[in-house]
Amino acid sequence: MTPLRPGMRSPPATKGPPPAGRGPWRLAWRRLARSRATLAFGGLFLAVVVLCLLAPVYAHDIAHTGPNDNHITETVKVGGKTLEVVSPTGVPIGPTWHSRFFLGADANGRDVAVRLLYGGRNSLEIGAIATLITMLLAVLIGTSAGYFRGVTDGVLSRLLDVIWAFPPILLGVALGVALAVGGLDLGVVKLHSGSLLLPALIVGVVFVPYVARPLRGQVLSLRRREFVDAARVQGRGHLRILAEEILPNLTSTIVVFIPLMLANAILLEAGLSYLGAGVQDPNPSWGTMLAEGIRLTPGAIHLVLAPGLMLVVAVLGVNVFGDGLRDALDPRAGQRAIAMRLPRPTTAGAAVEEA
Amino acid sequence: MAGFLARRLAGMAAVLLAISLLTFLIFQVIPGGDPAVRMAGRLATPQQVQDVRHAWGFDRPVYDQYLTTMEKVLNGSVVSYSQQINVEEEILRSLPPTLSLAVGAGVIWLFFGVLFGVLSAITAGRFVDRSLTVVALVGVSTPAFFLGALLLYYLGYRLELLPLGGYVHLTSDPWGWFTHMLMPWLALSVAFIGVYARVLRSSVLDTMGEDYVRTAHAKGLSERRVLVRHVLRNSMIPIVTLWGLDFAAVVGGGAIVIESVFDLHGVGQYAAESIARLDVPPVLVVTLLVACAVVVLGAVVDILYAALDPRIRLAR
Repeated sequence: MTPLRPGMRSPPATKGPPPAGRGPWRLAWRRLARSRATLAFGGLFLAVVVLCLLAPVYAHDIAHTGPNDNHITETVKVGGKTLEVVSPTGVPIGPTWHSRFFLGADANGRDVAVRLLYGGRNSLEIGAIATLITMLLAVLIGTSAGYFRGVTDGVLSRLLDVIWAFPPILLGVALGVALAVGGLDLGVVKLHSGSLLLPALIVGVVFVPYVARPLRGQVLSLRRREFVDAARVQGRGHLRILAEEILPNLTSTIVVFIPLMLANAILLEAGLSYLGAGVQDPNPSWGTMLAEGIRLTPGAIHLVLAPGLMLVVAVLGVNVFGDGLRDALDPRAGQRAIAMRLPRPTTAGAAVEEA
Repeated sequence: MAGFLARRLAGMAAVLLAISLLTFLIFQVIPGGDPAVRMAGRLATPQQVQDVRHAWGFDRPVYDQYLTTMEKVLNGSVVSYSQQINVEEEILRSLPPTLSLAVGAGVIWLFFGVLFGVLSAITAGRFVDRSLTVVALVGVSTPAFFLGALLLYYLGYRLELLPLGGYVHLTSDPWGWFTHMLMPWLALSVAFIGVYARVLRSSVLDTMGEDYVRTAHAKGLSERRVLVRHVLRNSMIPIVTLWGLDFAAVVGGGAIVIESVFDLHGVGQYAAESIARLDVPPVLVVTLLVACAVVVLGAVVDILYAALDPRIRLAR
């Protein structure tokens, strides 16, 4: 099952039964393996992830400081000269390119490189959890709305419409600020106001309609297919039909949406944190670091550049990988993925859908 | 056409009702949301809090509060809790910067999105297409506020080419207005350009395979005419949808981040500040404004659809 390298032909089958037709997943995998840019950018993203996961190692063994340790009154030796970490006028030191303060310090004298990695861990974690929440809820809502139709569909679709009517950032800020005051108490789960799960939950919920809508549409057409009828005639229950007949046909759509939602979730988290409605101080994230940096400009541009570029690299990696993944899974799906905002129900209404 | 508009208006009323209810309820149930405590001030006695609560009607049932608030919203006399100034006047004051931002950026991102998308499609797979794809993906991956901060620093602070944020009224100083808006426009447009270029590229490529395009070629039309009259006209449909919705979102305060980076004092910034103060009336009015903008532009988009594609009819 080794992936074929570009340009290599599949070896002729010499022994055993005649080769079965290649499944769609094998074909997709082959197309993916052939696209170098896709793999390279996927690797780039993975590298960022690994780097951020190694944050404690970097902090402990290289920088010898923690993400929230202040060194505001200390000095650091760079090339024989002794420099203050934060000048008396409050300007933090820029990149030293040495193990201590590799990327400089922030206004509190904290090591930017250390915070960048810890912050990245938070940003990526929130992105991943948010994506998970989005996908789970969207699959649940999208399939039940499309499969059961009628009242279920009516209620769920209106619910999605309401979420959809807000610009994501506005809804995110409203929820973020509201929940930052007192946390969230759902009875079973209790999230205190500084919890990272809070922004993850908000970002996850805000994006649900963007995935649930297309899934619902797909289920609407899938349920009319013969194999679903066949399953029903065999006396299978709704749950089994959903799990065994419908869901496998949604897999490629779901897979295509994952990197896309991950990229969007990371970006939205950054936006929310920038506006103070996401990750709360002193917890670092790329968004909060950018916010601090922007507040201090023009004094210390490295505080903007470091988290900003890291964020762009990570999101770009996910986006290019997602682009390639979509092409590999469904070469004709051109416009679907990026135009995830396309089929907006409240507005581009029935008139067009029916045409 | 009349039936279409009537249906749309009815739909709009329903959406507005749902959104206003939801917004109101969210702020009722959140902890720390009791406005009376905040309005009475830090050193207020329980009696004073009680007085404020009674004076503002916070002790009445929720549905009653909702109805009074909505009545005030509709006749334009609703005031904010925190500053107790008229909300609608405040929003009217913050509309010019937001509209300037939306219109200018909307034109820029539509123009360049279409230009890059078409260029990318007609050179599909070749160098120009590949470089434009890279540019588009970088644009999509860059948060607008990061780009805005970089522009401010390099163009505004280092090179001193453009002013460092703020808003100047178009009527009082057109050139000042233009220079103040240029960076916000750019920062806001870049991500949209990326999205539009990608969408249009695949849309054009899809359309090129259609029968009527082959027919147009076969009857001897020039490349250019086929592209503009037959291919582009049809591929514009997803772009028109996107544009309508994105534009509506920006008008309704969706560009909070850009507004706050460049300190434009627009609708989004007003909304964000009000949210931070847990001030229900302004948030309510802004969300209603967004919903209105989305619904109205949605109707415009559908009318444009019918104009672009004669197969689509407005009435069912």
